Amino acid sequence: MTRKRRRLWIVLLCGLGLGSAAALTLTAFEESLVFFHSPSDLAAKNIPPGRTIRIGGLVEAGSVDRTTTTDGKLQIAFRVSDGAASLRVTYTGILPDLFREGQGVVAEGMLTPDGSFRATQVLARHDETYMPPEVADALKRAGHWQPGEPPPPARDWNTLRPAASGGTSRLTN
Amino acid sequence: MIPELGHFALVLALLLAGVQSILPLVGAAQGERRGALLMATGPSAAIGQMLFVALSFFCLMWSYAVSDFSVANVYQNSHSLKPMLYKLTGTWGNHEGSMVLWVLILALCSGAVAGFGQNLPATLRARVLAVLGMIAFGFLLFTLLTSNPFKRIWPVPEDGRDLNPLLQDPGLAFHPPFLYLGYVGTAVAFAFACAALIEGRVDAAWGRWVRPWTLAAWCALTLGIGLGSWWAYYELGWGGFWFWDPVENASLMPWLLATALLHSAIVVEKREALKVWTILLAILTFSLSLLGTFLVRSGVLNSVHAFANDPERGVFILMLLAVAVGGSLILFAWRAPALEPKGLFAPISREGSLVLNNLLLATSCAVVFVGTLYPLFADLLFGAKITVGPPFFNATVFPVFVPLLVAMGVGPLLPWKRADLWAALARLKLAALVVLAFAVVWIAAVDRRLLPALGFALALWLVLAAATDFADRVRLGRVPLAESFARARGLPRAIVGGIVAHAAVGICLAGIAGKGIAPERITLMRPGDVTTVGPHTLRFDGKADIVGPNWRGTEGRLTLLRDGREVAVLTPERRFYPVQRMSTTEASIRTSGLADLYAVIGETSEDGATVVRLHWNPLAPWIWVGTVLMALGGLISLSDRRLRVGAPARRRREALAPLAAAE
Repeated sequence: MTRKRRRLWIVLLCGLGLGSAAALTLTAFEESLVFFHSPSDLAAKNIPPGRTIRIGGLVEAGSVDRTTTTDGKLQIAFRVSDGAASLRVTYTGILPDLFREGQGVVAEGMLTPDGSFRATQVLARHDETYMPPEVADALKRAGHWQPGEPPPPARDWNTLRPAASGGTSRLTN
Repeated sequence: MIPELGHFALVLALLLAGVQSILPLVGAAQGERRGALLMATGPSAAIGQMLFVALSFFCLMWSYAVSDFSVANVYQNSHSLKPMLYKLTGTWGNHEGSMVLWVLILALCSGAVAGFGQNLPATLRARVLAVLGMIAFGFLLFTLLTSNPFKRIWPVPEDGRDLNPLLQDPGLAFHPPFLYLGYVGTAVAFAFACAALIEGRVDAAWGRWVRPWTLAAWCALTLGIGLGSWWAYYELGWGGFWFWDPVENASLMPWLLATALLHSAIVVEKREALKVWTILLAILTFSLSLLGTFLVRSGVLNSVHAFANDPERGVFILMLLAVAVGGSLILFAWRAPALEPKGLFAPISREGSLVLNNLLLATSCAVVFVGTLYPLFADLLFGAKITVGPPFFNATVFPVFVPLLVAMGVGPLLPWKRADLWAALARLKLAALVVLAFAVVWIAAVDRRLLPALGFALALWLVLAAATDFADRVRLGRVPLAESFARARGLPRAIVGGIVAHAAVGICLAGIAGKGIAPERITLMRPGDVTTVGPHTLRFDGKADIVGPNWRGTEGRLTLLRDGREVAVLTPERRFYPVQRMSTTEASIRTSGLADLYAVIGETSEDGATVVRLHWNPLAPWIWVGTVLMALGGLISLSDRRLRVGAPARRRREALAPLAAAE
């Protein structure tokens, strides 16, 4: 085996490796990218039910409701809001330790035909003072939170309305 | 006084690192004789730097031990009521403290090269130390400028804000040191690669020096990742062990490349081939370690446990990353073509199989890289918020790993240079037949799911192939048993280590596949209710309030029943830490070594029913047993006489003899 032929072998192998990696990545991307939408995004865009997405915002105070389904499971329903729009979310299972009213939350799941959101997974962060970046972003876009300020207190959250247009408006589209 | 002493020591270490990164390099450029004096500053500076960083680290630990809340870092991360163990481990349970640990480990590596590297050629050692000095300089500067752990506050608070309760756990207390040992250990291989490029020479001896360092770093990284996943399994309470979270991927990527480097360095050592590739791997492995540090500390990636969300720090590390990666790659582009290739081999040979191993490991690393960083780029370029989750990684990493694992069984049986694939396969006939029979029986009679079946079959394949390799080497059954035993004792440790590590991958894989068939049950239970999971029957006996040193909580009682008799009690907890106003879930795990029974309790609804989640995880403990055995294999290999750091002395004299004659 000459040096040239060995090099050819290695180049061919590398090409094969890179090619298959690229093919794998692209097909997997097609099926498994999960997009994040804020509740107001969902109201504006037309996202078909059944596609896996993530949503996020603050859990509205007083909106958490626990019921037992007929097959003996605990179903939790709550509303997630970014201040401009809110969405009903249902979930069966154990909520993360930091799930609380007024807390930032991210949920993965899909829209149901009745317009509510069926979560397969609810994520809350390790740290109570921490705000998921998507949620912080959604709040800022809805005009309710300026960088550097603490987020508005939980009890005010479900009474907030989109910021009035005027000098302090931060609604950007 | 103590904190100021620590701060001052850190500044002195920075100055020494500066000396270490310049003088030896100048000395090495002047040549072995004229620059001898300048090169001699390298080891002294490295050892001095090590002592000062150690002093600084000790001062910080002292401040934690005595709960000196006038130090901002201690105030923010400790509490006087915290158990002493977590006061001490809390030293590195935060960004600033963990940076001091990072530079301490780097300084220890530098010190070890200075102390044990007396057999290295003087110029190579000087250059390795200089590169390590530069890295240390960058990170000491980073620590002092952006994350000073010794900052004081006034007035002195009465008590601290406590450590994040999730970190108050032995698993996580010792996970960072091992992970850093791994991350930072790859810096040594990187420094050797850069030094070899400057030197313009890579030979078998170089491979022999780099391999133990890479091996040691790889062992630590393996243990660190294993500890992290074990902690996630028993502490986070979600029942899984790997989440494909960006922070986890940040440690997996350097592990994959370090594994590749480990194997390609063997080729350099034995055959003086693959030099350029090995150098590139060493550079990339450390670059990915730096990238991991950046991802975890900058908060750019959306992760469940990215900490220290601070843009200023992110920019600083990004600059360090750019200098280190950019600089070394430019050096590589400039000098690598000068490295003379040697050692021809056929595609079917041990070298060929190691090339395949490298290719597949690098490919899997590349897809993990794309999946981890794509959300970041998508956000920057298109403003789209995207998550790339487990489905992506399962779909991309599994197909690459299957051929890798199949080849892993065959590779060690191939001889160097030119091999007969059929002869190797013939030796594996028995193993292949057993695996095939197992797969058929499993799918027909036990479980029809394809992926776990494939996992079990591959696991069995790896263990049997390793056993075949061992049996062949000791000529088991072909010579009297006593002779086989004598042969086994005479086997080089590097070979034994390899066999153990390869079998360990199989054991770990069996655990992962077992997790793939694990049944779980989430159900509402009232006191007295009985439910089943897997082969077990459990009765819920209600909840009770409990109190700990710095927390309070509730404990659920689940009684394990066998034939109506009470066998054991599981007590999953939910704890609340008032200082941090945080709750945690403590899973209760009953293990038999072959399977885990895993219980978690959730909240209680108004009508008195509690959410209970139960998992029956067959073979789950093997995941971590496998990781520990992998690291053990590495350690056995590391203890090989031929790899001992002092060993290359004789060879070097031999290698230098013709040079001296030519002069």
